[in-house]
Amino acid sequence: MKTIEAIQEEIVEEFSLFEDWMQRYEHMIDLGKSLPLIKEEFKTDNYIIKGCQSKVWVHAALEDNKLNFTADSDAIITKGIIAILIRVFSAQHPKDILSANTDFIDQIGLKEHLSPTRANGLVSMIKQIKMYAVAFQTQLN
Amino acid sequence: MFDVNLLRKDFPILSREVNGQPLVYLDNAATSQTPKQVVEVISDYYYRYNANIHRGVHKLSQEATDAYEKARATIQKHFNAEHPYEIILTAGTTESINCVASGYASLLKKGDELLISALEHHSNIVPWQMLCEKTGAQLKVIPMTLQGTLDMEAFDTLLNYKTQLVFVNHVSNALGTINHIQEIIEKSHAKGAKVLIDGAQASPHIKADVQALDVDYYVTSAHKLCGPTGVGMLYGKSELLNLLPAYQGGGEMIATVSFEKTTYAGLPHKFEAGTPNIAGGIAFGAALDYMNEIGFEVIAKYEAELLAYATTALEKIEGLKIYGEALEKTAVISFNVGSIHPYDIGSILDQMGIAVRTGHHCAQPIMDFYKIPGTVRASFSFYNTFEEIDLLEKGIRRAVAMLQ
Repeated sequence: MKTIEAIQEEIVEEFSLFEDWMQRYEHMIDLGKSLPLIKEEFKTDNYIIKGCQSKVWVHAALEDNKLNFTADSDAIITKGIIAILIRVFSAQHPKDILSANTDFIDQIGLKEHLSPTRANGLVSMIKQIKMYAVAFQTQLN
Repeated sequence: MFDVNLLRKDFPILSREVNGQPLVYLDNAATSQTPKQVVEVISDYYYRYNANIHRGVHKLSQEATDAYEKARATIQKHFNAEHPYEIILTAGTTESINCVASGYASLLKKGDELLISALEHHSNIVPWQMLCEKTGAQLKVIPMTLQGTLDMEAFDTLLNYKTQLVFVNHVSNALGTINHIQEIIEKSHAKGAKVLIDGAQASPHIKADVQALDVDYYVTSAHKLCGPTGVGMLYGKSELLNLLPAYQGGGEMIATVSFEKTTYAGLPHKFEAGTPNIAGGIAFGAALDYMNEIGFEVIAKYEAELLAYATTALEKIEGLKIYGEALEKTAVISFNVGSIHPYDIGSILDQMGIAVRTGHHCAQPIMDFYKIPGTVRASFSFYNTFEEIDLLEKGIRRAVAMLQ
């Protein structure tokens, strides 16, 4: 099992191959296509992430002490962003998710998505993933 | 002679780059850019005569007071108010609306009706909902048509002798529709209702004459018309403003204060508690001077050309649908392409240095009406060019190719 850091490095390397923003965005859009989709029944307000201009739903389930995430969004770029986050944080132990940093976002040239404007939800998505980790970590204790 | 390239030199921000590309600023309905002439007025105030107004006997205070009151007179003249004291300087449109709404809390009773349009910005919806909760008055909504205009037949039916207040924006921020406010005002007055017009979106394009309109309240913000943020106007007929209770307590708005009884100052100071945004007020006047120098008729003519050019260009893009097709509209195009989320298009355009607005534009009821999550909105100003519209068209085509 790869560590969070290892996956992050992998993604940074992947993105470093691209020369311009268009290729980065195209790659991100492609990543969105491989997102493990949330079940339709969870696409409700309970699973929606507030603070995004587009709709994002994230669900988490614990299996063998590891958290597995599924998600979806009605916007393609947002779907790509959440896909990247899920690739990093899925199948990880809640306490590893809690201690992980997210500096890699900056390194893959998606820094503008980190600005705390109301339009984008990256900050809220990371917060929500960490909230799930807190909740399940409490269960494990 | 209107020369857009010459005018653009007044706006240093327009020559900056965004994401390595020349900025194409098409979010003018959210806020307009500020010309050097206005910025210089602000710095001149702070460098030369920064002082609190209306109180000081010293020279700086007198100069600041004179400049502030001169700005009020400029605003009065621009909107053709009868008296300078009918112009209340506020923090902006939202505060102006809240000032009136809070005043009516003591003037309305249960059973009264308020009539609002389906095209309103949230800031012209929420204060009235709060007012209704407080007073038991009822909020009724003038519905909109698919074209994005107000259903005037429904308006005639909804308007009745219980209607106390009618609120309509002069121009819809989300769609650019110019509403028939003259007709709304006349019909409302015939039933004894007062009318508040939200002019925030109209002011950069249309010079409203409050006396000719016979409007009761007209509100706007300076930052929509080349002025700074944090300052705006509430125009009200003096007899109405005199009836309206004070909004906030504090300095400036009093005549005498004792612990037993405070008497309030007359207009406009009754509504201007505390130290105002002095530099902002002065710059508001300067912004109007700047725009009047160009001329509102010249601006309207040029912007209409931009709008026609952009509409033709964008309509050629397959799957692009424009929301808001009123015959009379300001230079705003609200659109979606196929089922692509507006946020996706906006994000890609941003990468190309093109600034547009995406989302519900603080007018969720309009988006609900069209059953869409939002739109992409390109809004033009007199300093935009036809070349920028070409870049927008090209940008949308590129974004669509990536997103489909």
